[in-house]
Amino acid sequence: MEIVAALTVGALVAIGIWLLLDRNLVRVVLGVVVIGNAINLGVLTAGRFGSRAAAFVAQGEVPLQAANPLPQALVLTAIVIGFALFVFALAVLKRTWETHGTTETDRVTALAEEPAPDLPETPLRPGGPA
Amino acid sequence: MNHWLILPILLPAVLGALLVIAARHDALLSRVFSVASCVLLLVVGLVLLAMASDGSIRVYALGDWVAPFGIVLVLDRLSALMLVLTAVLGLGVLLYAIGGWDERGKHFHPLFQFQLMGLNGAFLTGDFFNLFVFFEILLIASYGLMVHGGGGLRVKAGVQYVVTNLVGSSLFLIAVGLIYSVTGTLNMADLALKVPQVPPADQALLQTGGVLLLLVFGVKAALVPLLFWVRGSFANAPGPVAALFAIMTKVGAYSIIRLYVLAFGEQAGEAAWLAAPWLLPAGLLTLVVGMTGVFAARSLGQMASFAVIGSMGMLLATVSVFTPQALSAALFYLLHSTLAAAALFLIVDLVAERRGVLRDRLALAPRFAQGTLIAGLFFAAAIAMAGMPPLSGFLGKLLVLDAVRSHPQVVWFWGLILSTSLIAIVGFARGGSLVFWKSHALEAAAASSRRPAPVLPFVAVGGLLGALVVLTVAAGPVNAWLELAAAQIFAPAGYIDAVLGTATGGQ
Repeated sequence: MEIVAALTVGALVAIGIWLLLDRNLVRVVLGVVVIGNAINLGVLTAGRFGSRAAAFVAQGEVPLQAANPLPQALVLTAIVIGFALFVFALAVLKRTWETHGTTETDRVTALAEEPAPDLPETPLRPGGPA
Repeated sequence: MNHWLILPILLPAVLGALLVIAARHDALLSRVFSVASCVLLLVVGLVLLAMASDGSIRVYALGDWVAPFGIVLVLDRLSALMLVLTAVLGLGVLLYAIGGWDERGKHFHPLFQFQLMGLNGAFLTGDFFNLFVFFEILLIASYGLMVHGGGGLRVKAGVQYVVTNLVGSSLFLIAVGLIYSVTGTLNMADLALKVPQVPPADQALLQTGGVLLLLVFGVKAALVPLLFWVRGSFANAPGPVAALFAIMTKVGAYSIIRLYVLAFGEQAGEAAWLAAPWLLPAGLLTLVVGMTGVFAARSLGQMASFAVIGSMGMLLATVSVFTPQALSAALFYLLHSTLAAAALFLIVDLVAERRGVLRDRLALAPRFAQGTLIAGLFFAAAIAMAGMPPLSGFLGKLLVLDAVRSHPQVVWFWGLILSTSLIAIVGFARGGSLVFWKSHALEAAAASSRRPAPVLPFVAVGGLLGALVVLTVAAGPVNAWLELAAAQIFAPAGYIDAVLGTATGGQ
């Protein structure tokens, strides 16, 4: 069971990195989300699979068969944080679209970057707040 | 239980929420609350500093759950020092921002408070996963502050900053998972006990986790292969936010100092001094890249960003020696470089505000209002940042040079530190002469119809530079205190005892 999870994590991370390297910012953000989920699965796997026993500890007894509840708690926290960050990334993306009219990284760079300073003839572009 | 320990986290958390709920539409009220919170944080920080100065390590068990199971906050000299530094910097930056920056976008003050909460939490926590959570808090707040005010370049830099740090956070989480899977603990003190017992078969997992963590902290600390976000983010963030970010890089340095001495230090068996072989070359390379960048920068903002990178390189190269003497020198340089970098970013913003479309670019432009005063301030900050006498940067470099004297790589240290200092001096001189000196000869802009300049920004910059002067004058006592702090870090048994010990724990 763990090996399946491990392979899934590997595949998801690979997909995530492939998306991260894309030129389109929407895909970049999706890549971050896929990687985040892959890692959540990885941490969950660190707490062992293969048991349905609840992690209740009776007095004088060690629950050997129970799954470790701590990674599950950690992953819950990470999922909540991940959601919030996903929403924020989308908000920044929307702002980029509104400001530059594109989400292609190269074109955003071309639109936003200042011209080289040693060419005083080029028209200057205000860099600061509009 | 000593409840002072939770205050640096609780205070900004409550104030931040209050600012969102009650003072959202009232600029004056939110300013008053925000400043009050920062002043109180400084007071709390000083009280904690006084407490920590007796040399004992205080532990606060949240919810009174005992150490390896519950989350603990730990106060030792290093944490107290970082708390006070954060509070001083926070107050200075806030006073500057009140001069106008806080009204250029929404929710500046709540985000600022949450940022301080995340920073303070990261410095106090004694739990690994909790460190991740506080990293996220300070990052989420910083994402908001980074794009504060909007504008094309800033949003572009913001996207890069957000994506870089999201990937960094993922790496943090998987590293925590790897380390937990072989040690079964997330408490830092407990981790220090468990790491030496990890069987050889699991060493690969453990060390992979350890090095991944170094990668994460390296992203925060702007180490060499991971520093590409820094220039864009720092140079394009609003001036006061960039100044606040000066301490964000130090969170990375703090985490490296804390974790790699405590858990992967000399007790750690096979994983002993895991970070040292990576940190030393990366630190020295960062120093070279940063200081060369100062020379090659196109604008004052980029110059300040590269100066931060260079100072982080010097700091981490010194930390990588892993001796108490080097660590105390590194801590002195950390104090100095944080304050100097913050002052420099604020001064750059003063310039950029006054030069119209040219902003802070290195180009000739007519004279601007208060040009002479700002030039003087820039001169002082540049001297501090480049590490020339009489300010504390010189003392910091001297201490570092002295501390690495018996290190096998001493030639590299001395050669690179001294030569990069020269490059940085030339770089700052070039920038200063172009923006202030040569421009001074040009005609002043036609009848500047500006309102009289607000005084508060100058008070803030003066205050930060004043703190540098205090640091210089009081260098003797400060250094003696830092030596004790470094000795405390290098005696992890005391830390472990305080957190896990049954006799003394939970005082």
